Amino acid sequence: MTERISELEYLKKTALQKFAYNFTYFFKSIPQKFIGFFKAVLPAFFLRIWLVIKGAGVTVGTAAKNGDWKTRVSFGVMGFSQLARGQIVRGALFLLSEIAFIFYMVCFGWSQLALFPSLGYQLPERGHYDEATGAWVPQVLGHNSQLILLYSILTMLVIVFFVFLWYENVKSGYAAQELQEARRKLPTASDDVKELLDGQYHKTLLALPLLGLLVFTILPIIFMIFVAFTNYDVNHQPPMQLFDWVGFDNFAALFSGKVSGAANFGNAFGRILLWTIIWAVVATFSCYLVGIIVAIMINKKGIRFKKLWRTILIMTIAVPQFISLLLMSQIFDNEGIINIMLKNWGWIDKSIPFLSDGNIAKITIIFVNMWVGVPFTMLMVTGILMNIPEDLYESARIDGAGPVKTFFTITLPYMLHVTTPYLITQFIGNLNNFNVIYLLTGGGPLMSEGASGGAGQTDLLITWLYKLIMDQKLYGIASVISIIMFIITAVISLVLYNRSNAVKNEEDFM
Amino acid sequence: MAKKLRSKKAAERTTNAVIYIILIVISVIWLFPFFFLILQSLRGEPGLTPGYFWPKKITFDNYIKLFTDKTPFDFWRWYGTTLTISVVVTIIQTTITLVTSYALSRLRFKMRKPLMNLMLVLGMFPGFMSMTALYFLLKLMKLTQDFGIVGLILVYVGSSCMGYYISKGFFDTIPRSLDEAARIDGASRHVVFLKIILPLAKPIIIYTILTSFMAPWGEFMFASLIFSGNTKYFNVAVGLREMLQRENAPKYFTRFCAGAVVISLPITILFFLLQRYYVEGVTGGSVKG
Repeated sequence: MTERISELEYLKKTALQKFAYNFTYFFKSIPQKFIGFFKAVLPAFFLRIWLVIKGAGVTVGTAAKNGDWKTRVSFGVMGFSQLARGQIVRGALFLLSEIAFIFYMVCFGWSQLALFPSLGYQLPERGHYDEATGAWVPQVLGHNSQLILLYSILTMLVIVFFVFLWYENVKSGYAAQELQEARRKLPTASDDVKELLDGQYHKTLLALPLLGLLVFTILPIIFMIFVAFTNYDVNHQPPMQLFDWVGFDNFAALFSGKVSGAANFGNAFGRILLWTIIWAVVATFSCYLVGIIVAIMINKKGIRFKKLWRTILIMTIAVPQFISLLLMSQIFDNEGIINIMLKNWGWIDKSIPFLSDGNIAKITIIFVNMWVGVPFTMLMVTGILMNIPEDLYESARIDGAGPVKTFFTITLPYMLHVTTPYLITQFIGNLNNFNVIYLLTGGGPLMSEGASGGAGQTDLLITWLYKLIMDQKLYGIASVISIIMFIITAVISLVLYNRSNAVKNEEDFM
Repeated sequence: MAKKLRSKKAAERTTNAVIYIILIVISVIWLFPFFFLILQSLRGEPGLTPGYFWPKKITFDNYIKLFTDKTPFDFWRWYGTTLTISVVVTIIQTTITLVTSYALSRLRFKMRKPLMNLMLVLGMFPGFMSMTALYFLLKLMKLTQDFGIVGLILVYVGSSCMGYYISKGFFDTIPRSLDEAARIDGASRHVVFLKIILPLAKPIIIYTILTSFMAPWGEFMFASLIFSGNTKYFNVAVGLREMLQRENAPKYFTRFCAGAVVISLPITILFFLLQRYYVEGVTGGSVKG
């Protein structure tokens, strides 16, 4: 089923049919891509890592075999080879980093890492009054599983970084020896600095950004992945309680709908997942289509005040989103201005529950999202519209095509062709669209059948996650959900990016 | 022939008329919330939305009270907090983004491709799931509550290198022959970056400044976590939402509207002044594959 049809047959189709074909093909090919990911992409990834490690091993091996005693000493005492050969600054830096590392491990890192397998066993005790001595025995501070986990990850990262430094040390020490043997001048400290501003400039530029990435993105993500395998929840909260490893229990609990220590989830997960995907598709395409149509209308020859129309729409981008969304939640309230006006005009007797009835709320949210999103598309599309070759329209007109037909056979396919990357980012952004849902309905109204883990009918996975963490403190389950979200996003975007690469060449359009 | 032309012209006129009507309807829909916001901020009568549209009494009281009434909501302080965060974040984030995208666009090193892939993958994790871990990390460094501003800045700035995409796209379009000519003249890569690329990158620098300046004004999720419960430390987003919480809403709704206007005005003006660069950034970044 997932074999593509032949090139010839593909070219026979009209642009719209091509789009429809690509669309269905995309969904049909998801399972295949999924298998492909585990069969091809993942092994290739590990193979690359293995090759890098192997390469490093070979370098170290040569250094050990051919190195003189100075180089060999630097295997243990970092920077020795460089220091002994007169590269004082470089050698000193290596030596200092080794001392700092040992200091860190002895004073702090090792004790945390040792507790990592158990995540701590010492429960805190309150102080008690000792009558014999007539004094309070201070309370015992227990282990804090959370901090142990966090510090352990930190220590692991430090170790990885240190191993990398050590490797660089061996490499540079051996390089210094080779240079000396070849009777060439060793680079001095100022040469090093010059090199860092030129040949090695990327290291200078990227050091700080990558440090930020490591601490503020990678460390938390690793933490989150680990938490998914613990029973960290409302009944296991540090510092008064410990939590522990539980293997895959959280995954099992989520899919069976039975989560211990909290309200039963029932089918909440499945329902929310379904709505999240429907939402992402509808939200993305509604903004996209309406945005294009509006842009076409504004761009049309003979329409005046183009700038005015654009400016009005762009207001939404300029005003901070949370303000407009909070305002919208008031406007669409049961006692909000829309209901009041409709009542005053005598169009309705009872308030329309724009945000408090599940199904109506979903529609309202999609409309509000269009209000937020259409200007972005309009703005982006305006420039591209002018790039569509005029003769395409001309020939369509001669063939007697009306505006609707022109739109579907020329404008839309061209747009889809050019703006696929934009659509992908929009789609992924909508999967994780926290603001619109949270500020409008807060995910509500609640699902009716009590056993839903606090999930509301308009909740996306991301807002549900927020509730699970903030209100219910089910950290373990929440981590599992975010891992699942990651897999969904990753698979969808990988597949989409591949598709968009495949259709990149210009000839494919038309 | 002439008749046919005239009928064609008439048809054209009707389409245009229809389009005008649609555009006017759209404009009304798009402007209505802002109009409503301004009206409500001038409303003299207290309470949530009253049963009518036009306020009975127009007054600037809400604006005056917003700045003079320090309890329970110290708006001045919120404003100061947010402005500080915004300015610092703008400076650091712009630097990091430019530096990263220059390195990824112009320099060639072994880890370039893997690094870009890594950032792509990292971007797919639901951002705030890492919030809890980050929160404890900041708590360890005592950067919540009293020093929450520092903590927030660190968080906003921390992963800004992941936003390299758009400016890298821009750097890619600057012809490489410029660099090469300078390098032949003996300029180091550092000099090339500072003296040749940066001056050419003005549009994208302004775009980066604009977006990173605007973002902290609307940031809500993390700020509410870091300042949890302590109203005086809030940034404007968390503060204004606090005004609309259940028990506050009837009393402070009009003041919320005034606050919203006060915040939106400078940002909107700034945005319209620099709009050209924004459009360039958005169009450039989103169509390149």
